[in-house]
Amino acid sequence: MSTVDVELLDNEVDVDLRSTVRSFLAERCDPTEVVKAYDGDRSLTQVLWKGLAVELGLAGLLIPETYGGAGASAREAAVVLEELGRAAAPVPFLTSSVVAASVLLAGPTEAGADLLAGLASGERTAALTVPLSVAAFSAAASSGVSASSATVRSVAGALEADTLLVPVATPAGIEIRALSAEQATITPVSSLDMTRQLADVTVDPAAGEVVVAAENGADAVRSGLLAGAALMASEQVGAAQWCLTTTVEYLKVRRQFGRIVGGYQALKHRLADLYTSVEGAGAAARYAAGALALGSAEEAEIATNVAAAYCGDLAVTAAEEAVQLHGGIGMTWEHPAHLYLKRAKADQIAYGLPGAHRDRLGALVDI
Amino acid sequence: MSHDSDLDRLGDLVAEFLAEHPVETTEPSAFLHARYRAGLAWVAFPEGYGGLGLSRAMQPKVDKLFAAAGAPDNNPRRNGIGLGMAAPTILAYGTPEQKSRFLEPLWCGDEIWCQLFSEPGAGSDLAGLATRAVLDGDEWVVNGQKVWTSGAHNADFAILVARTDPDVPKHRGMTYFLCDMHDPGVEVRPLRQITGEAEFNEVFLTDVRIPDAHRLGAVGQGWEVANATLNNERVAIGGAAMPREGGLLGIVTESWRTQPENHTPELRDRLLKLWVESEVARLTGSRLRQKLAVGQPGPEGSAMKLTFANVNQRLTGLDLELSGEDGLRYEDGDGWAMVRPEHVDFSGRDAVYRYLRAKGNSIEGGTSEILRNIVAERVLGLPGEHRVDKDVAWKAIPR
Repeated sequence: MSTVDVELLDNEVDVDLRSTVRSFLAERCDPTEVVKAYDGDRSLTQVLWKGLAVELGLAGLLIPETYGGAGASAREAAVVLEELGRAAAPVPFLTSSVVAASVLLAGPTEAGADLLAGLASGERTAALTVPLSVAAFSAAASSGVSASSATVRSVAGALEADTLLVPVATPAGIEIRALSAEQATITPVSSLDMTRQLADVTVDPAAGEVVVAAENGADAVRSGLLAGAALMASEQVGAAQWCLTTTVEYLKVRRQFGRIVGGYQALKHRLADLYTSVEGAGAAARYAAGALALGSAEEAEIATNVAAAYCGDLAVTAAEEAVQLHGGIGMTWEHPAHLYLKRAKADQIAYGLPGAHRDRLGALVDI
Repeated sequence: MSHDSDLDRLGDLVAEFLAEHPVETTEPSAFLHARYRAGLAWVAFPEGYGGLGLSRAMQPKVDKLFAAAGAPDNNPRRNGIGLGMAAPTILAYGTPEQKSRFLEPLWCGDEIWCQLFSEPGAGSDLAGLATRAVLDGDEWVVNGQKVWTSGAHNADFAILVARTDPDVPKHRGMTYFLCDMHDPGVEVRPLRQITGEAEFNEVFLTDVRIPDAHRLGAVGQGWEVANATLNNERVAIGGAAMPREGGLLGIVTESWRTQPENHTPELRDRLLKLWVESEVARLTGSRLRQKLAVGQPGPEGSAMKLTFANVNQRLTGLDLELSGEDGLRYEDGDGWAMVRPEHVDFSGRDAVYRYLRAKGNSIEGGTSEILRNIVAERVLGLPGEHRVDKDVAWKAIPR
């Protein structure tokens, strides 16, 4: 259980990357466009994703140069996710560029290597076909689909994907098969978080081609889900930062009883506590990304459980505080606070509940 | 110069120093003074004052090199206030004479320091303090009462804030002094706490004479100087480098592992929550130190201290609960007997002691309520509290 040295502040590369992504999103990801997803208009997703994946070349961040990727690390992906979280951006970066890419990288076949190259260039987008709520360490992560159980509920990223990574139970273990979207039935689900809309997916487990062989399949799923939890923490940090900043700004201008509302101590203290937790979450998420980048398996898992347990609850608290402290306006459809509340609550359940991460952590640290 | 080449250079300097001053044959005090003069004491301090003007991040590496060589240390726990608060303040505001006079004996542990800030009538409202200092020739005559002074009974010097001008608003009428605790006008009385012991003191100052040469900063600049001290204090309290499962968490996890008969799922989840929060606090502290390596402590340290107090109090409370009937017994040392500890140390003490002592964590060094105000106002930029005493002469404030 030895810790690793991680640079917890943005370095020069991080600063550049962050500002590129932030200005891109400021220009193209307006909350008034994002909210349209809840009324069935998903057109923003396509435009945004093309811009981020292809124009900015972010889809291949985690993919090594040998597969045509950028060969960056989880650190850089964390910076991108903080910005995506801050904008509640409806793009499949987490599900495709992080989770699906990590699944494939655990042991790609030749077809898997081709798919990685496609993901890296942004030409293709993939989704791991497991329910979003499944944690890396849960039994469900290693069950896989079979002919008798070929429907997977609540899959994230499937609606945006052209390729589905399906864990299939075989006598030799779980093999990962890549199916084109046309080879599956993908039914959109009216979701708590429509900025990461879920789908129910029915597949033919014999279709498609093997991209990770059975000997590596179970590890590949775990590795993908672990990376998902580790880096979603950064998305949660970004969302929480937005909630904190926006609420503070609002309370600096809102007046009641002839005073700026942000001057009331009851509210100041809540915001001070929120700031303190958001700072903690930022350090925990960056450390998890750093540990993942350094490739120390046990430390990455401990750090991920810590970050997921902490950031999952924190982002929800931040969003709930934002709604409450905005008063009536926080309850309106017009104000974007609800986008963050829905995202944060869904993220809290995604890739394992905070309590499940604590339980797993306990097993790792002998508690 | 890059971090790595600094590190190499430091390694060489320490090796050279150890060759010139062999640990086995050098008298410990002489060793410490030589280390100070070589600039290897606090390496972030400037040359000539015990340092080399390097980044703060280098300090742990130097300390490690000396410790590995078996070198004597300056017993830093005995002089926490001196090293953590007095020294950086003297460095920032002292004259060259003051720095030369005070820093070396402070670092070497020849002179122990305490802090004379809080008063019975000035706790959170420190700037309302009433201890008076009046200039008489080239000396200040000080009268008043201070309280919560840890280590006053062992101290040689104190950092002191006193009122020098009662006719101006409170923040403008204070001055900062370096006070000789051996002055005949200084009387130290123990102050017994809820743990039974007396770690703190009341200090009565009666016609204490302080030479003007021991004034730190300008007359009337005391509040600014005191704030520099307090920012360092909060970093010192909340920001010490710690290994994973270090500190109180380590004590409580050990308690958990050695008492399996008391395990319940509810206690386990609470312990794991605190494990997570302690680890997050540890990482936040690391990040704060990475930030500090390139600058001065700011109000962010207040957030660290808030977390530290909160986590400590919950951990020590949980420790009693998971100890079953042992959580009901206080058999530490002499139980509730009044003793005078040299320093605060949570390890090697009874869980009851830790539970009670940790209550002070949200009071000492700024209450958690005041720290939340500081975070809200100075970090988040929210409006300040309503103040009826702000533009009023100190002497006109009701008290």
